[in-house]
Amino acid sequence: MSTTSSPSAKPMVRDRTALWLFLGYAVLLFFAFVYLYPFLVQVTTSFKTNTDAVANPLSLVPDPFSTGAYGELAEKDFPLWFRNSVIVTVLVTAGRVFLCSLAGYALARIKFRGRGAVFTAILAVMAVPGVILLIPKFLVLNYLGIYNTWPALVLPLLVDAAGVFIMKQFFETIPESVEEAARIDGASTFRIFWSVVLPMARPALILLTILSFQGSWNELPHFLVASQDPDLFTLTKGVGTLTSGQLGSGKQYPISMAAALLMTIPVAIVFFVFQKYLVRGGTAGAEKG
Amino acid sequence: MSRDRSIRRGQALAGWTFVSPTLVVLGLFLAVPVAMALWVSFTDWNGRGSPFASGIGFVGADNYRELVGEQGGLTRSDFMTSLRNNFFYVLLVVPLQTAFALFLALVLNQRLLKAVGFFRTAFYFPSVVSSVAISLVFLFLFSGTGVVNSMLDAIGIDGPTWFNDSRGLFHLLGDGLGLWSTADPPSALTGSGVLGLTWWQWISGPSVALSVIIMLVVWTTAGTFMLMFLAALQDLPVEVEEAARIDGAGAWGVFRNVTLPHLRPTMLLVTTLGLIGTWQVFDQVYVMTQGGPGKSTLTPAYLSYSYAFDNQKWGIAAAMAFVLFLIIFAMTSFQRFLFRDRDAIATKRAEKRTKKAHANAPAGGAS
Repeated sequence: MSTTSSPSAKPMVRDRTALWLFLGYAVLLFFAFVYLYPFLVQVTTSFKTNTDAVANPLSLVPDPFSTGAYGELAEKDFPLWFRNSVIVTVLVTAGRVFLCSLAGYALARIKFRGRGAVFTAILAVMAVPGVILLIPKFLVLNYLGIYNTWPALVLPLLVDAAGVFIMKQFFETIPESVEEAARIDGASTFRIFWSVVLPMARPALILLTILSFQGSWNELPHFLVASQDPDLFTLTKGVGTLTSGQLGSGKQYPISMAAALLMTIPVAIVFFVFQKYLVRGGTAGAEKG
Repeated sequence: MSRDRSIRRGQALAGWTFVSPTLVVLGLFLAVPVAMALWVSFTDWNGRGSPFASGIGFVGADNYRELVGEQGGLTRSDFMTSLRNNFFYVLLVVPLQTAFALFLALVLNQRLLKAVGFFRTAFYFPSVVSSVAISLVFLFLFSGTGVVNSMLDAIGIDGPTWFNDSRGLFHLLGDGLGLWSTADPPSALTGSGVLGLTWWQWISGPSVALSVIIMLVVWTTAGTFMLMFLAALQDLPVEVEEAARIDGAGAWGVFRNVTLPHLRPTMLLVTTLGLIGTWQVFDQVYVMTQGGPGKSTLTPAYLSYSYAFDNQKWGIAAAMAFVLFLIIFAMTSFQRFLFRDRDAIATKRAEKRTKKAHANAPAGGAS
């Protein structure tokens, strides 16, 4: 059939599109349930008594309603761990976004001798399992005299090889002509990077911010070996020991759900703030307009 | 000419300045520690004092021999068990999370779909949540009388006691298919083996307990990878797909010849990150199972940690870490090789197809 017969073909195409849309919605709603239900359970269980949580795990209505779990957390070191996690995460995220873009830009765009070797080294670093560093990281931190200090928590996390990799990949997609104009105007390399290229890298920067925040907030193994001072416990380390130690293998479900919920809130906020930058078509719209 | 040279020198200076903070941090907290670990893996250091002190015994390759050699005993069978567990874990997690992430991204990328933001948020959200928090939630969901078992109960299925169940899925599958009986495994498999485990133990598949961690990780990480696929899909101008459609390609044809080749770099990134991440699974094991039940969720990463920090066997723990390192290195190299090869083949195929499509287009029309 040639394209001239489109009047008869069109309704069929529309039907098929509608069917695909319907299937799409069905699939998405099913998975939305799979993804949201655990969090609903988490929130409601945190307001239950332990007896209720064990007897009626499916019920989304606490009976009786109880804030006992939160009270118990407030009495423990939970607020301290929370504060520590915020400090570490803010420092690490700021450092990582800046340093990874710097290095990623250099590897993508600046021509200098040894660039290939540096990139190979970073690729090799990406393949180094972080967990093999647990033992020697302790030794290095101890040797430098910063074991059990704030720098021990923050410094080793400041650069992430995968972040450098992501930024390099992104910078390579930016047309070089963009920089040429600025270079002819005599702008310094840092100036070109900072004022010309970096603003264009917004999507990658936002992705990296989310990944860095998530990474440092989630980090557990590093904090396990970087300090033993209870004053320097972060949420992951504190809650990890809370459930296995003080609470007896995490069987006090409302308390563990409340702890899990509270440590989720800051990342949830960051996530929702950045979320809107990820909307499709920011550039596509500009093209068409 | 001299201007050229000064520009080049300026570039070199800028380049090294830009990468130097990264190099210092990675060097100090990655390269130096790796070198130290390598040294420790050849000693019998017990965690006291400096590993470079004069009293520390250099034992050569003894630690490595204990991991893979005949005299290894319990250490070797622990290590092999952890490798087996992690192998089955990787075997399931990497393909599942990649396929699932791609699937979600493709569904979400449909143009007429509304409320995309809501669904994307829902799927990505677990990726930003602390692994410790998620582990706690799953401990509750999959507890003996927990949410999952209550749901299974409602449709008449008697769910397992997930975290106490060390039975291997492949053992159970073979039992279900009538290949063997788990109560009385075939002696051909239990009678002999290799590297400290019997063949029967090697083919167990992931245990029921480990499969909970597998579900958790696929559920959690799919969102991150979905975002990467979505970003790549959105780089693909709608116009290109439309052009392919007008040229007469069906939905499947567009997907195979336009969308998939476009996604290849993302696919490489996703599977590379997946492979590297899954061989290092630690947090979930630490919080949820500590390697149990019956060592069926033991992974090399956790085993290495516990040998060092709980048992003070630092040399063996470091050796484990290096064997793990070699495995990851080999797997990712192999996978990069596969991708490169396929890339060339795919390009050739795509060229052929384009030629064919052009030849057919005038005659064929929409189909």
